[in-house]
Amino acid sequence: MQEKMTDYILELKNVSFSFHTYGGVVKAVRDVSFSVRPGEILGIVGESGCGKSVTAQCILKLNPPKAGFFEGGSILYKGEDIVPKTNQEMRQIRGDEIGFVFQDPMTSLNPTMKVGKQIGEIIKKRKNITKQELRHQVIDVLEKVGITDPQRRLNQYPHELSGGMKQRVMIAMALIGNPKVIIADEPTTSLDVTIESQILKLFQKLSREFHISVILITHDLGVIAKLCDRVLVMYGGKILERASAEELFYKTAHPYTRGLLDSIATLETDKNAELRPIDGTPPDLFSPPIGCPFAARCEFGMNVCHKKMPDEVELSQEHKVCCWLQDKRAPRVEELFQKEWSNE
Amino acid sequence: MGKDMQQEVLIEVKDLCKYFRLSGKETLHAVEGLSFQVFRGETLGVVGESGCGKSTLGRCLVNLYDMTKGEVYYNGRNLKEYKKQPLKREFCQKVQMIFQNPYASLNPRMTIKEVVEEGIKLYHKTLDKAELEEKVVDLLKTVGLGKDHLSRFPHEFSGGQKQRIGVARALSVDPEFIVCDEPISALDVSIQAQVINMLKHMQKERNLTYMFIAHDLSVVKYISDRVIVMYLGTMVESAAAEELYESPIHPYTQALLSAIPVANPIAAREKEEIPIKGEITSPINPKPGCRFAGRCPHAKEVCRTVDPVLKEVKSGHMVACHLY
Repeated sequence: MQEKMTDYILELKNVSFSFHTYGGVVKAVRDVSFSVRPGEILGIVGESGCGKSVTAQCILKLNPPKAGFFEGGSILYKGEDIVPKTNQEMRQIRGDEIGFVFQDPMTSLNPTMKVGKQIGEIIKKRKNITKQELRHQVIDVLEKVGITDPQRRLNQYPHELSGGMKQRVMIAMALIGNPKVIIADEPTTSLDVTIESQILKLFQKLSREFHISVILITHDLGVIAKLCDRVLVMYGGKILERASAEELFYKTAHPYTRGLLDSIATLETDKNAELRPIDGTPPDLFSPPIGCPFAARCEFGMNVCHKKMPDEVELSQEHKVCCWLQDKRAPRVEELFQKEWSNE
Repeated sequence: MGKDMQQEVLIEVKDLCKYFRLSGKETLHAVEGLSFQVFRGETLGVVGESGCGKSTLGRCLVNLYDMTKGEVYYNGRNLKEYKKQPLKREFCQKVQMIFQNPYASLNPRMTIKEVVEEGIKLYHKTLDKAELEEKVVDLLKTVGLGKDHLSRFPHEFSGGQKQRIGVARALSVDPEFIVCDEPISALDVSIQAQVINMLKHMQKERNLTYMFIAHDLSVVKYISDRVIVMYLGTMVESAAAEELYESPIHPYTQALLSAIPVANPIAAREKEEIPIKGEITSPINPKPGCRFAGRCPHAKEVCRTVDPVLKEVKSGHMVACHLY
């Protein structure tokens, strides 16, 4: 999977995105660059307020233009920059090229509209097709996302469906325009574990069988480990580490990633040992720190960390990290990381 | 567990049922026929998916809900007796609750000092202002907050800090039993660990008994001595935490455990999942038989008609399943 370096389908280059608020300008996404390959599952992980959802939303320009605005950067979809596109032009991309699955299926579906109509609405406007064809397509897509008895489900309202079923409908809506990329913003957060695993399998199927790229946004490292090919770790509006899933978990390079991995209680955690939380709270994005956003909470924080944002260092082909500890002059701490890992 | 075999029973629950009347002939069976004990000084974990009745159970135990059937004994006394004064006053001091949503469970118009001192005032009427404040500051210190936070309002705190205030409020009356209803599910992972550590610390220091309600199975394993697994209002399995996670017996528990996402790519991808079809059925007017029968891969005819009874399979390991 890793060898074939096909062209990227989606590329973000130095994207910065901010919001006007009463309190001032919030710099939610700061200088973020990444690219998505066809058919891969790319995970974006981070805590609330780290900018992961805004990153996803700004790709489709879902934020009202008056409130949120690009401070710079370009988003290339199939090589074409979509930042300058008008709302009218964006409509051709939303749904048809890039689909979006929202976090909360309970509130993102229209409660007054039957499920079938809601799904069909997306393509009805664009493609000139007959009612029968539309119905067929909707049934097809419902089957694709694993909804049993789609004929009956078509005529039901969202409240008649369970949480997992609603999320499947959301995915069906994202799929019906035959997009090349699906962005899923915390698609399983509001679901129970047994349902979560069904939905995750569905995403896996979309990527493997239909060759759709999936950008999966989550705060759950377990979900990342299970599903993703590559992972971006975001904090304070910036990407601090990017790697293949294996490298991220087994060759963790950034202290923040390490901290996240350490702080979760797993089934193997010793009951008598204390958990190791990351002290402190995330930075205030009204006036983001000029240096590394994690510096204030980092146990290895040095003077330089507060003063200048480190450049991205390439550790391997897939593995890049933004951290001053990678500098030649910094004390070596990776050995420490590795040792702790092998102790576990 | 197992430190000393003669454990003191703090709470005895016998055949607890809680139904909610809906419109017409519909009744929602939130909790059905639960029987178990809570020992002094232990943490009893309660896990299950949303809608399984775990929060309802917690609320019944702190007398927030009137139970429909069954009896609960706290320190040997029926919970119904604690409904009236003067016992009610004693009960409210001994039993406290920490709520799921720290954003919604603090009064936005009260300062932190007012929130925490409200309880102390009730039980220590003779304290003067200075002593009261000293007590509040002490409490805040134990949960990791400082004197400078006293005059602030809840909105000035982050989620983790708010949950600490919720804990301080619960501790302010010196309780012996605390129901923690999903205390960490609204928090970020790095903050979750802070709160869990604090809860464990408090327990050691004050010999507290916890009932820890959560849907995060890994956290429940970490914090609990014994665990109860619930499904649609019924208890399907209960055992010591280690035992339950190592050798789950009930097909639902097995499926649930196999579905936990593990933060380890190789293990996660090799892990064999026990698929369970479909989703939770409705708790409204449930049919007889095992509630899990419709999704169970091993379901037999008897599962669909007869309610399974809780049996002790191994010492301390109870399961309600026709297969055993």
